[in-house]
Amino acid sequence: MALQPHDRGEVDLSHSSAQEAQTPVRTPSSGAGDAAVLVQGLCHRYDERLALDHLDLDVRRGESFALLGPNGGGKTTLFRILTTYFPVQQGRVRVLAYDLPNDRDRLRHEIGVVFQHPSLDGKLTVEENLAYHGRLHGLDRKTIRRRSEEMLDRLGLLDRRRERVEKLSGGLARRVELAKGMLHEPKLLILDEPSTGLDPGARRDLWVYLTYLRNEGVTLLTTTHLLDEAERCDRVGIIHQGRLIAKGSPNELRSEIGGDVVTLRGADPAGLAAKLHRELKVDASVVNDTVRIESDSGFALLGQIGQCAASEIESMAVSKPTLEDVFIHRTGHRFWGEPDE
Amino acid sequence: MSSVFPGAKDLSGLVFGFGAAWALAQRELVRFFRQRGRVMGAVGQPLIFWILFGAGFQSSFRPPSAGEGAVSFGQYFYPGIITLVVLFTAIFATISVIQDRREGFMQGVLIAPVPRSMIALGNVLGGTLIALFQAWIFLLLAPLTGISLSLVMIVAASLYIVVLGIALTSLGLCLAWRSDSVQGFHAMMTLLLFPLWLLSGAFFPAEGAPLWLAWVIRLNPVSYGVAGLRRILDWGRPASDTLATLPSLGLCVLVSVCFAAIMFWLATWTVSRVASKGA
Repeated sequence: MALQPHDRGEVDLSHSSAQEAQTPVRTPSSGAGDAAVLVQGLCHRYDERLALDHLDLDVRRGESFALLGPNGGGKTTLFRILTTYFPVQQGRVRVLAYDLPNDRDRLRHEIGVVFQHPSLDGKLTVEENLAYHGRLHGLDRKTIRRRSEEMLDRLGLLDRRRERVEKLSGGLARRVELAKGMLHEPKLLILDEPSTGLDPGARRDLWVYLTYLRNEGVTLLTTTHLLDEAERCDRVGIIHQGRLIAKGSPNELRSEIGGDVVTLRGADPAGLAAKLHRELKVDASVVNDTVRIESDSGFALLGQIGQCAASEIESMAVSKPTLEDVFIHRTGHRFWGEPDE
Repeated sequence: MSSVFPGAKDLSGLVFGFGAAWALAQRELVRFFRQRGRVMGAVGQPLIFWILFGAGFQSSFRPPSAGEGAVSFGQYFYPGIITLVVLFTAIFATISVIQDRREGFMQGVLIAPVPRSMIALGNVLGGTLIALFQAWIFLLLAPLTGISLSLVMIVAASLYIVVLGIALTSLGLCLAWRSDSVQGFHAMMTLLLFPLWLLSGAFFPAEGAPLWLAWVIRLNPVSYGVAGLRRILDWGRPASDTLATLPSLGLCVLVSVCFAAIMFWLATWTVSRVASKGA
């Protein structure tokens, strides 16, 4: 579905102002300027360990993009470089048409960031936290008051504005983080594992709000290790051992596997896989004690497997490929349960 | 200006930078007054030191001179205690920087478009203002020691306390930005900051101390802070030998201002350096 760039004054009926209505609509330009984030050949080392290994990435303006990968894969390192927290060691990084590190200060005015770990001051009230954030971004008092009001209203926090942050639940505190990240009206919001520590209800609220932002024309870039969260985004980049190993919409990624995924459990997975390979000429792999076969027609294959090796199988399953299957397909590893490097 | 505050090249950048620094300093103040334990600790500990040491050492303390200009230990100790208040405040302020770095508030500050020098300035300013506030509480207690303060003396002492506050908070910041834990900072505090105060002539005069100790006191920049404060607070009293052996007020001001300037520059440099590595 094509993105409709909205005029903010039109969408936000409750707080429209003449000044905002005159703000020209952002129109995507062509070429490299079209990318919200452009990363080429990015490397990052922690002493000996190579955390990012010649990583390439592009995020289009106005889309929501998920960086999906297991912990230790390099997501957070990339997040820290894109948010200017870490310096660029090697490679090219361009965010919102600003080159890092040269245009770092100007970029800092225009990105919103939501950290995985709280960045709020618990001793301050909700409102005060937003005010200090605004002042550190050079907003004047009037703008801070107006934007705080808008953000707190949007996120259902108006009645909690004078409470100290340390007294809020994890879900509410995360909403304050979102309000803070969006206070200075950034064009790009970068989030690091935003649903960490949230219960299902709070997680749903979070995505309702993120979807709203995306429809408003804000570009979203989020890291996540949750497959269902990645599914909600326009495009997904799978990051593994410091490289981007797959990229595309969730549907595109799944369709590269095609058909079905058959998984089998048995006492001797390796023996079972070898037998199926020998007798049925299928490409069976063992991933974390299960035998896994990608097939165009899983149900037909089930019958053949049953005839061939029924006695060695404890359970069989056919499923449509998930993003986890894409991950396994590309890496040969299970998404979960891999020891972090 | 641009070398001291890199990143704030033009006037609007400078105004924004100072605004941001002021916001950070204000936050320090708000936090300070909301943590009652911190207020009590920062005022209470020097107060207890003053009362207990004053009472305990009164009989054994022999001021360098007897007669008209002689001072009691309580009086002798008074400028030292005010310096201790400033030192404690500086320590608490820098501990809060370590907490900010550990608990996450600092990550948001570090990616805000604020020059590093202004982050350091905000921290130093916040710590110094808190120190000044607490020092005022002790200045109010001056009559208890028999010292009467004129308005001019209070203003002069306040300015001097600000200089000392900038120096000590900056020193604390240099240490805080290099240590990852509050425990590590405690070690540095006991081994460096506290001896700096103990060996500043705050607690005992250089005269009568062994020669090496007298030299340590003479080389310690904090000594000039204590001595300067002593000279300001003793204004108008008959000159005692205690004062006579101290460096002149001019020298004290010169050393203290240089100490503050160097420490502030070092704090700015430390914040920029550590932060650019992605701390």
